[in-house]
Amino acid sequence: MSTNENTAPRRGKAPAGERVADWADGRLGIYSLAKTNMRKIFPDHWSFMLGEVCMYSFIILILTGVYLTLFFHPSMNEVEYHGSYIPLQGQMMSEAFNSTLHISFDVRGGLLIRQIHHWAALIFLAGMFVHMMRVFFTGAFRKPREVNWIFGFLLFVLGMFTGFTGYSLPDDLLSGTGVRFMEGAILSVPIVGTYLSFFLFGGEFPGGDFVARFYSVHILLLPGIMLGLMVGHLILVFYHKHTQFAGPGKTNNNVVGMPLLPVYMAKAGGFFFLVFGVITAIAAIASINPIWSMGPYRPDQVSTGAQPDWYMGFSEGLIRAMPGWEINLWGHTLVLGVFIPLVIFPLVLVAIAVYPFIESWVTGDKREHHILDRPRNAPTRTAFGAAWISWYFVLMIAGGNDLWATHFHLSINAITWFVRVAFFVVPVLTFIATKRICLGLQRRDKDKVLHGRESGIIKRLPHGEFIEVHEPLSQEALHTLTAHEQYKPVEIGPTVDENGVERKVKGSEKLRAKLSEAYYGDESQIPKPTVEEYKEITSGHGHH
Amino acid sequence: MSSQDIPEENLPAEQDAHGAVSVADDKDPFADPGLPPHEHRIQDIDERAAKRSERVVAMLFTVSMLATVGFIASYVGIPHDKAIYVFPIGHINALNFALGLTLGVALFTIGAGAVHWARTLMSDVEIADERHPIEASPEVKAKVMADFKQGAKESALGRRKLIRNTMFGALALFPLSGVMLLRDLGPLPGTKLRHTLWSKGKLLVNMNTNEPLRPSDVAVGSLTFVKPEGLEEKDEDFQTQIAKAALMIVRLQPENIKDKRELDWSYEGIVAFSKICTHVGCPISLYEQQTHHVLCPCHQSTFDLSDGARVIFGPAGHALPQLRIGVNDEGYLEALGDFEEPVGPAFWERG
Repeated sequence: MSTNENTAPRRGKAPAGERVADWADGRLGIYSLAKTNMRKIFPDHWSFMLGEVCMYSFIILILTGVYLTLFFHPSMNEVEYHGSYIPLQGQMMSEAFNSTLHISFDVRGGLLIRQIHHWAALIFLAGMFVHMMRVFFTGAFRKPREVNWIFGFLLFVLGMFTGFTGYSLPDDLLSGTGVRFMEGAILSVPIVGTYLSFFLFGGEFPGGDFVARFYSVHILLLPGIMLGLMVGHLILVFYHKHTQFAGPGKTNNNVVGMPLLPVYMAKAGGFFFLVFGVITAIAAIASINPIWSMGPYRPDQVSTGAQPDWYMGFSEGLIRAMPGWEINLWGHTLVLGVFIPLVIFPLVLVAIAVYPFIESWVTGDKREHHILDRPRNAPTRTAFGAAWISWYFVLMIAGGNDLWATHFHLSINAITWFVRVAFFVVPVLTFIATKRICLGLQRRDKDKVLHGRESGIIKRLPHGEFIEVHEPLSQEALHTLTAHEQYKPVEIGPTVDENGVERKVKGSEKLRAKLSEAYYGDESQIPKPTVEEYKEITSGHGHH
Repeated sequence: MSSQDIPEENLPAEQDAHGAVSVADDKDPFADPGLPPHEHRIQDIDERAAKRSERVVAMLFTVSMLATVGFIASYVGIPHDKAIYVFPIGHINALNFALGLTLGVALFTIGAGAVHWARTLMSDVEIADERHPIEASPEVKAKVMADFKQGAKESALGRRKLIRNTMFGALALFPLSGVMLLRDLGPLPGTKLRHTLWSKGKLLVNMNTNEPLRPSDVAVGSLTFVKPEGLEEKDEDFQTQIAKAALMIVRLQPENIKDKRELDWSYEGIVAFSKICTHVGCPISLYEQQTHHVLCPCHQSTFDLSDGARVIFGPAGHALPQLRIGVNDEGYLEALGDFEEPVGPAFWERG
């Protein structure tokens, strides 16, 4: 082989497409990339499209958001309205509100894009929430995917703030009230609260700066970080490969599914258009955030039934349910009634974010996991997740206590007191109930494996006895129902060695042993059927 | 603690490297039977069914093209202020409805076509790919460690402590410049939150009529929103001023006023309270005239206006500040000073 460049094999005379690919390969090395990725295998499961919904709504948000920036004026200068929406003619309003009216009434298709943008934001957050729960309940966050779990979590949190800064931009009465709430919350921070508020708003609330500041945060800073996180998230998904549920032929060391080219490309690419199409149709028929009916923001005006977008509902609930505690000492005020909710707000989110690390510490398991758990087979984790969701939803109820009161003719005081109690009680009850349900389902699985499936056929035996015929399961089903792993609780072991020297047991070690017992003790999992049990039952006499 | 001290036998057994056992054997009825055989779809064995699928996909793509044409026609043809009645939604903007539906259909049918194509005509044979461990082999790790040690040694960072320490110092200090640059984001709070536009002699101006109020204008049981004389909507700092100065006045029967100071600061039963909620600053706007309660619609803090506006329910932490009012020589209601305590949400310096 010659290394002389002049005699390198010429690739000319190929079809045009191949020549373009050759050109790109010579500069970007695309063939090596395609070799590993073009026929990459993607497992097929409906729950894997939840993450896709998020990714596509993010792309839709960027596309429609860029369009909106062409017409939106992020300014709080007060102007008089002279547009085509008659009821607001002559009103004073900020340029931000004025230009949003212009987009809604005078730019053809502007209203549609605005509504697509807002609907996509709600769906983006809802998609991330459900996607995160899917990952949580199936244990997909375990090694090697913990970092990607954190990336996803950050995307969810940043998405919340991007949403908040976004819906505050039109400077309408509803969103302005939300910004005022935020200012009140910031003021409650001990020592530095007033300073933070003055720096954020450029002086006293509302001042003339916050729309412009929120604008650069909303369109540049946060989406920029999110885009980076999203790319990182996808790279890691590619690198780790998808997880899969246990089943025939599916092991921890393979990934079973369809290749990227053509099946997954067509399905995933097509799914982008499905998501975009559905959101567009929703935007055509369901009005969202009609700022013209709320009017421009005035700090001395408000409407009833003021609600944030849904993903902020739990923080609204925290602030509504909290009793108004205030401590006045030595000429200073500690506004616990607002500051405690402000502190719990991130803690609610962090509680779910750190869970994977707690679980991996308890199990001490350092292996890679690519086979998903069925939620019932991890009762403690499932119960924790369900308790967290119930907590979140209790707070959502508190956030809409006025709407619950008016729609269901209930006393607002009663609802608020219910929430104050439920905040502590409901997660505990949910935890206990979910764990029982999981154990029940485990018993049922065990029963199915050992005794077969109920066929619904009643047979009468010659001597008159009625029995129900149980059909034995196929080997595929037997394997699927018994493929999960069961941990044993960690034990501390003897504390005295053979020479009688006592070993000191650390507090953390004791804690872990306790947690491990709670996770994997006799109370927390049903031992899965063994081959011996199966053989004993199937080998002859007993038919139950 | 690390998990290295967990006995190996407590971890579930490692799965076999290639766990699939292709034949069910008597020893282990739970063994993995391996990938099930591929089942043909009707399109795989019947060319007519495949042709039908092809036509469906092509039809979907065609509908998309037509919908895009419809989008352009709607954009050009429908006036942007035309409203139509659509059952069951009601009266809606015709252009928004037409553009949204045509674009929605155009996009959705592309997606539906692609997915139908993938599901019915592309191969649905499942393929298994091997996974490889994420963590590097011990050889690779050893090589990286050696390289790093070599690099670190060549940099002499560990040996030349002076360089190391000064470098860390420089890197730690320079972000302070960035922090300094944030200082001018806003002025310092000072005592700004303690003062409003109200002062002795300022007339109480009705928000709705923009006229100064006389006591006779305020009927028992009514709720009136008031601003200080001289503050106009077109003023540059109107929003910031009204955020603190917004006032509500109600008239009670003087004998119904339970709080002595409230009675002293009232005029013939007319009391003036800050409209800004002491919780997080929403304007209070709901008034129950029978009970003299006002309710903040944001977070439902409830105040009793006949008892010094103290909190009777909800998350607010303290009573609404009261403004001392009287009547001037010409018979108009006037303020007798500013609020004695800061209005709105509580803060650290409030005291």
